[in-house]
Amino acid sequence: MGTFYTVHFWLFSAMAIIAALAMVTRRNPVAAALWLVNVMFALAALYVMLGANFLGAVQVLVYAGAIMVVFVFVVMLLNLGENDVKERRSMGAALAASIIAGLLAAELLYVIRSQPLSSAPLLPVDEDALAPMANSLFTEHLVAFEVTSVLLLVAVVGAVVLAKRSQFANEARS
Amino acid sequence: MIREALFVSAILFSIGVLGVLTRRNALILFMCVELMLNAVNLSFIALSRLHGVSGQVFVLFVMTVAAAEAAVGLAIVLSVFRHYRTVDLGRIRLLRG
Repeated sequence: MGTFYTVHFWLFSAMAIIAALAMVTRRNPVAAALWLVNVMFALAALYVMLGANFLGAVQVLVYAGAIMVVFVFVVMLLNLGENDVKERRSMGAALAASIIAGLLAAELLYVIRSQPLSSAPLLPVDEDALAPMANSLFTEHLVAFEVTSVLLLVAVVGAVVLAKRSQFANEARS
Repeated sequence: MIREALFVSAILFSIGVLGVLTRRNALILFMCVELMLNAVNLSFIALSRLHGVSGQVFVLFVMTVAAAEAAVGLAIVLSVFRHYRTVDLGRIRLLRG
């Protein structure tokens, strides 16, 4: 691993963490959504650096492209501004939340530090990584794949049913 | 690099937890959940360098479930907004008693 690699790894890591902190603290939902897009782009770069080129592309297309567009679309549809939600937690509650999150972070970092990861050899990065992934997806994980397609169908039907105005409400209005 | 990637993933996950605990806007809460899912994806991808391609396959599944969750969750937010005219979780408390 050269210096170029290391510098860029930490650059994208810092970008992800700073953008995540910005997302958590923004009051305006559109600003939060855009910061989250920033996190996702940084993570896509990290995926590519870790040898998962295809997943980096999917991350940009699906997460930054599709899911975040749905989020922004809903924010615009509801016409939410900065002052529609009162973030009126007390200082004590915010402090307690920070302590809990900090403890979780410390615990995770401690556990990761104590793992003997560096002794294991890294698998080589396959330039044509799609073929082994597809092999695994369509043989070993075939049942999960099929179940996922059913899940997507259920989600589409469920979203339409939930978001459509009920007939009852329409009659009451008219 | 695996360990460093896991560090970044742990920090991002904790930031997501912090957001879920402190924010009251339902939409931003959803975004924090997405952030946590992304942090987990990062550790799957990092560990797939040690344990083979299954980790990457699992990331695909997580992304699919996240897309389904976002669609259904946002539809729920939409119908809750129609009823209460707000996405403030402090004011949606039918089950609080």
